[in-house]
Amino acid sequence: MASKGEPVLEVRDLVKHFPLTQGIVVKRQVGAIKAVDGVSFDLHRGETLGIVGESGCGKSTLAKLLMALETPTSGTVRVAGKDLANAKGADLKRIRRNIQMVMQDPYTSLNPRMTVGDIVGEPFEIHSEVAPKGDRRKKVQELLDVVGLNPDHINRYPHQFSGGQRQRIGIARGLALQPEVIVCDEPVSALDVSIQAQVINLLERLQNEFDLAYIFIAHDLSVVRHISDRVAVMYLGKIVEIGRDTEIYDRPTHPYTQALLSAVPVPDPEGRENRERIILQGDPPSPANPPSGCRFRTRCWKAQEICAEEEPLLQIRPGADHPSACHFAEVHDVVHAS
Amino acid sequence: MSNSTITASPAKDAKPEKAKKPASLWSDAWYDLRRSKVFLFGAALVLLLVIIAAFPWLFSPVNAFDPSTCDLTRARDGLDGTHWFGSDNLGCDTYSRVIYGARVSIIVGVVATIVTSLVGGALGLLAGFFGKWTDVLLSRIAEIFFAIPSILGALLILAVVGRDNAGIGSVVLALSLLAWPLVLRIMRAAVITTKNQDFVLAAKALGAGPIRIMIRHILPNALTPVIVVTTMNLGVFIAAEAALSFLGVGIQSPDISWGLMIADSRNRFLEAPAPLLFPALFLSITVLAFVMLGDAVRDALDPKLR
Repeated sequence: MASKGEPVLEVRDLVKHFPLTQGIVVKRQVGAIKAVDGVSFDLHRGETLGIVGESGCGKSTLAKLLMALETPTSGTVRVAGKDLANAKGADLKRIRRNIQMVMQDPYTSLNPRMTVGDIVGEPFEIHSEVAPKGDRRKKVQELLDVVGLNPDHINRYPHQFSGGQRQRIGIARGLALQPEVIVCDEPVSALDVSIQAQVINLLERLQNEFDLAYIFIAHDLSVVRHISDRVAVMYLGKIVEIGRDTEIYDRPTHPYTQALLSAVPVPDPEGRENRERIILQGDPPSPANPPSGCRFRTRCWKAQEICAEEEPLLQIRPGADHPSACHFAEVHDVVHAS
Repeated sequence: MSNSTITASPAKDAKPEKAKKPASLWSDAWYDLRRSKVFLFGAALVLLLVIIAAFPWLFSPVNAFDPSTCDLTRARDGLDGTHWFGSDNLGCDTYSRVIYGARVSIIVGVVATIVTSLVGGALGLLAGFFGKWTDVLLSRIAEIFFAIPSILGALLILAVVGRDNAGIGSVVLALSLLAWPLVLRIMRAAVITTKNQDFVLAAKALGAGPIRIMIRHILPNALTPVIVVTTMNLGVFIAAEAALSFLGVGIQSPDISWGLMIADSRNRFLEAPAPLLFPALFLSITVLAFVMLGDAVRDALDPKLR
């Protein structure tokens, strides 16, 4: 569980705006998609932070920023004390060893022209200082063994494996450099439910074995609750509520979190009839032109004038025990059944 | 593959050859090709033509390059036991000339294909991968060459080279200069599709440099359409060489080329059709063989046509 001390990943005021340009020859900026707009959080060793939110809220952009696959507009990402977002060249390469990724789709994230041994061994070829050449094959086989694959399948190609097995290959690749943080961008949403459970159990086992910290991005709230120590809820590029899993799931204070939780399917036909459903009206506003003040106010049943004028900060509100970005935050248990 | 592979005990002794076999796109394609009659027929013809081009003396008792084998008194003779395909205006044996002429066609086709694939492929890879100004620059240059009508352009280039210097080298140069933009376009499109795939992103996240990403990840996955076009181009280049030689700007006497032979005998066609018909027939068969090969390769490699 979460151990205190120096955080292994520190994210501060991370912003990513994608410019919208007009004109063919001379491009001028006419606006920006505010995909991630001021996100801050800490992640400690051995801890899992779940990030939930609907499609288009900036979860995957956040993952790419954490992996330095996109350059942030502003803000910092510190991995084990070193700034990843603004590093270049050899520094960046060294910092990357500490943060690795498991991707969403196991069918497209493995190069179909490379054998499993080449795929899992590629981190060693890129970071040749990690493992001497002679040991690599043995190391790859160890990794395959750790993730529950047959080490003798090292010469096979990705398409000879099932979806769950492919995701295990992706996990083995992420583990190869012994990182401290693994960013899992919807690692199970492309898999069958039965396989999801296997992969999640594997991730939990690896966390205990190697003291890994996970950023676990998903839109399946039950999966996130199962694996996470803490949960952050995102809406239109901002974190609206963050706290321990019990705080978020049992005592949500932000109206959006409450609406999100009320949509979780309950495996109980009787309870399903009586429980409260909060149905939000309308679509999320465009991230190119977000509403003033609170971004959720256009769909919120509690919205007042102040919500349009003043942006609610992510802070601990009276009567709550964890930060929430709502002027009218109050505890409202929507999923007591689950 | 079944899902049971994960739990199955290592049964490596049971079927070792199956575990090693890379059941990839290529092996699937090879499996299809071996069963395609079009491919087998085309490949057999191409193989035969390549052997003829490499060792013409195995097929012809007469050395067509030796002028002493020509006999003016027997010019435009019909078909008989010594001159199987008759003889031409100078009394030379048409059969041996047809056999010795295969070499030029095959060399021009193969060399022009290699040059265009290497140049167009490499530039297409760079344009597609780096995008932005590299892409704009390379694509515009390619479009300039693309806009020139091929035969007209080749005529112009060869006219500049001049008849005295014309030969296999200048024909290859002219054809390659006009054909590489096609390969560039196809390679560029394939690279752009591939570079946005997740496994390329995964390699970047590992810290892979641009060269590793291009060579290890993008190139192998973007090569298929280029191979198809390349195979088809072989036949096109051979036909183009014959056309240029026929027009008098390509291969020059005393070198032997089917196009040149057709040109030489066209004025006396009604009198002696054999010296024109036989090189034309061989030319058609050769182009057909390569086009069939290209068709079969495309069918096997393009999953959309399955």
